[in-house]
Amino acid sequence: MKKKKLIFLITFITFCFLVFLKGLNKDNIYIPNELSGKKIISFNSKKFFNNEEISSDTIFFEDKIYLLNIWASWCAPCRVEHGILMELSKNSSIKIIGINYKDNFNSAKKFLNLLGNPYSEILVDKNGTLSIELGAYGIPETFIINNKKILKKYVGPLDTDSLKEIQLLLK
Amino acid sequence: MKLFKIIGIWLLLSFSSLANIENKNDELVYKISKNIRCLICQGQSVYDSQSDFAQSMKLVIKKKLNEGFTEHQIYEYLKEKYGEWITYDPAFKKSTFFLWLLPIFSFIFGGWIIFRKIKFFKL
Repeated sequence: MKKKKLIFLITFITFCFLVFLKGLNKDNIYIPNELSGKKIISFNSKKFFNNEEISSDTIFFEDKIYLLNIWASWCAPCRVEHGILMELSKNSSIKIIGINYKDNFNSAKKFLNLLGNPYSEILVDKNGTLSIELGAYGIPETFIINNKKILKKYVGPLDTDSLKEIQLLLK
Repeated sequence: MKLFKIIGIWLLLSFSSLANIENKNDELVYKISKNIRCLICQGQSVYDSQSDFAQSMKLVIKKKLNEGFTEHQIYEYLKEKYGEWITYDPAFKKSTFFLWLLPIFSFIFGGWIIFRKIKFFKL
């Protein structure tokens, strides 16, 4: 009887250990992958430089690849990825659209003057609702869009690996 | 004079009903945001969090309610964008069956142990 109990206890402890081991090794950053292949929502927003109202239908209408990047001047990782966006902006087969997230106009303008402007159009998301409706949850975040469909989503700053991936898509 | 009184009462009533709708929507925003997980916070609901994500999420919930979405439609809308994880109500499926069935098995197993002990003491 004692032996049986001991075997049961050892099995139970081993089971718990394995469950925790598996759980602890798992990445705890949750990245939703629900949006790939889905259509991008239609939305209205304001242009960054002149405050003019603009509809998403007039932005994503061409049959080319669009890169939609959510950024802000106060976001340090956005500074890190800016060089990648500048590099991509040299390629004429991609159109880079920016969404300026909860930012101050003057700081954002300074940011662009300092690091360059890779965006062909910048929209404003003053209260962050547009980003939520797009399915983003932090910044920087980047969507690759073609034919109004989301091909891929990058959470966090773009790096040289993502640059290579995007350049492959453009070929 | 009578006309003024009627207009006054009518205005008062319409304002109070508007305020009622606003209050009802606010209560629903609180209720829904308590059931929505803040994806960038550790173990907090959108209601509890003051992060940028949570604040914008509350605004989106309010906006959707004003657009005529029901509570259920808002959960579905958010699940479509962020996946099952966004709500605190995991669906019963292959990857979650253990989570749902473990408490039931534990309950049955515990009941069986208690039953045996009682039987043992009675004898």
